[in-house]
Amino acid sequence: MRKIHATTIRNAVRELCIRANAELPRATTAALREAFSKERSRLGKETLSLLLENAREGAHERVPLCQDTGYAVFFVELGQEVRITGGSLKAALTSGVRQGYRQGFLRASIVGDPLLRKNTRTNTPCMIHYDIVRGDKLKILFLPKGGGGENASALKMLRPADGIAGAKQFVIETVRRAAAGACPPIVVGVGIGGTFDSCPLIAKKALLRPLGRRSKHALYARLERELLKEINNTGIGPSGFGGSVTALAVHVEYQACHIASLPVAVNIQCNAHRFRSITL
Amino acid sequence: MKKILTIPMQKEVLSGLRAGDALLLSGDLYTARDAAHKRLFDLLRKGRKIPIDLRSVILYYTGPTPTPPGRPIGSAGPTTAGRMDSYTPFLLERGLRAMIGKGPRSNEVKDAIKKYGAVYMAAIGGLGAYLGRCVTSCKVVAFRELGPEAIYRLGVKDFPVVVINDGTGGDFYEATLKRWSRAGRIRR
Ligand code: SF4
Repeated sequence: MRKIHATTIRNAVRELCIRANAELPRATTAALREAFSKERSRLGKETLSLLLENAREGAHERVPLCQDTGYAVFFVELGQEVRITGGSLKAALTSGVRQGYRQGFLRASIVGDPLLRKNTRTNTPCMIHYDIVRGDKLKILFLPKGGGGENASALKMLRPADGIAGAKQFVIETVRRAAAGACPPIVVGVGIGGTFDSCPLIAKKALLRPLGRRSKHALYARLERELLKEINNTGIGPSGFGGSVTALAVHVEYQACHIASLPVAVNIQCNAHRFRSITL
Repeated sequence: MKKILTIPMQKEVLSGLRAGDALLLSGDLYTARDAAHKRLFDLLRKGRKIPIDLRSVILYYTGPTPTPPGRPIGSAGPTTAGRMDSYTPFLLERGLRAMIGKGPRSNEVKDAIKKYGAVYMAAIGGLGAYLGRCVTSCKVVAFRELGPEAIYRLGVKDFPVVVINDGTGGDFYEATLKRWSRAGRIRR
C-alpha cells in the first residue's frame, strides 16, 4: 500500500486549477497555428492570430484564457494500491478547487441549485469521474468546462436503423446549431453506443485524446475524417465569422450497446481547449 | 481593413456601420449580463429611473474574472448574447442603440435592431485574456451587490469587434454561411 496524504492532493489540485485556466496546452496552440495556416478567410485568419496572442497573454501574465473558468471536471485514475490518508479524496479535490479558484482569481460560476440559481461563490461542488486502475499511482486530470460548449452539446437516442448516416447527421446538426455560440474553432467529442448515462461520458472523454489523433478502429477513424470535413464545409469559421476552419478535430469513441439502441452524444469544446493532469 | 472608432460615436457613424465591418473601439463600454438586464428591465417597467443613459452607451455582455493585483480587470471576453434576447427589444425601444456579445440574436431582436437603427457587434469568444488587456480602467457604476454581474464602466483601447446585425437588416452570420459553406457554393 502506498499512502498519499490529502493535503498533497489538495495542493496539487490548487495549482492544477490555476495553470489549466491560464496555459493553453501545447497541442491546442499547435492546432490553432495549423488552423491559421489553412484558413482562407481574412477575418478568420485575424481571429486565429488573436487567439494565439491570447494564449501568449494567458501564459505570460497568468491570466485566465477565458473569463468563463468553467465547471471543474475531474477524471481520476486511482491505483488500487493507493491509500489516501488525512481525509477523503473528494474533500481534497473540492478544497483544492476552492483554494485554486480564490487564489488564482478565477471566476466562480457554479449555482448550488439549478432552479434557485444562487452562486456558491467557491466554484464547487466539482464533477468527479473515478476509475479504479492497477498500480500505486493517482492520476488527476482537470478539465475546466465552459458553459458555451456545454450548452451546445446534445444526446440523442437514435434507432439502430439510423446507422452511420443518422449518427453523422445528428453530429452535423448539433454543430450547426452551436455555431458562433460555442466559440469556434471547436473540438468535437462524439460518443456512440453505451447507455443513456455512459454515452455523453465517452463523448467527453473523447475530447481528452491527443488532439487530432485518429481512432484505432478503421471504421471510426474514417467517420472522424468525414465528420471533420463536413463540419469545416459548414463555413461557420473561426468565431462564426466565416471560413474554412470550424473544427480543430473530431474524436469519436464507441462502446457496446443494447440490441435496441443507438445512443449518440456530441460534447462540444470551444477554442479554449484547456486541461491539465498530474500524477502523484 | 479595420476601422478605428472612438466612443461615443456620432449618430451618423453608428448608422453607417454595416454587417461584416471589423472595428477597433476606443472609449467607454458598459458591462451588463443576465442579472443587470433583469434589474434594468424591472426598473424601467415600473417607470423608475435607471443608472445609465441607454441612448449613449454601448452595452457589453461580459462577466469578467475577479481582478488580480496590478491589472484593471481580469479576463473579460463576451458571453452569449442570446440570453439577453428577451430583454433587448424593450431596451431598444427605450433608446439603446449598441450592444456587444457573441452568437446569434433572435428574430425579434434582429427586427428591433432594424426598426430602431441599432447595431449588434460580436467580440471573439475565448479571447478573454487579450480583451482584458484592452481594458484600461474599470469602475462600478450600478448594482454593486451583483458582483461580477454589476454594471461596470470599462475604458477600452483598440477593442476588436465585428458588426453582426446592422440597422438596415444586414446579418453577418447569415451572409457568412452563404459565402463560406461548401453546399452554398455548389448551389450558386
Ligand atoms: S465556450 Fe469556451 S471560449 Fe467560449 S466563453 Fe465559454 S469557456 Fe470561453
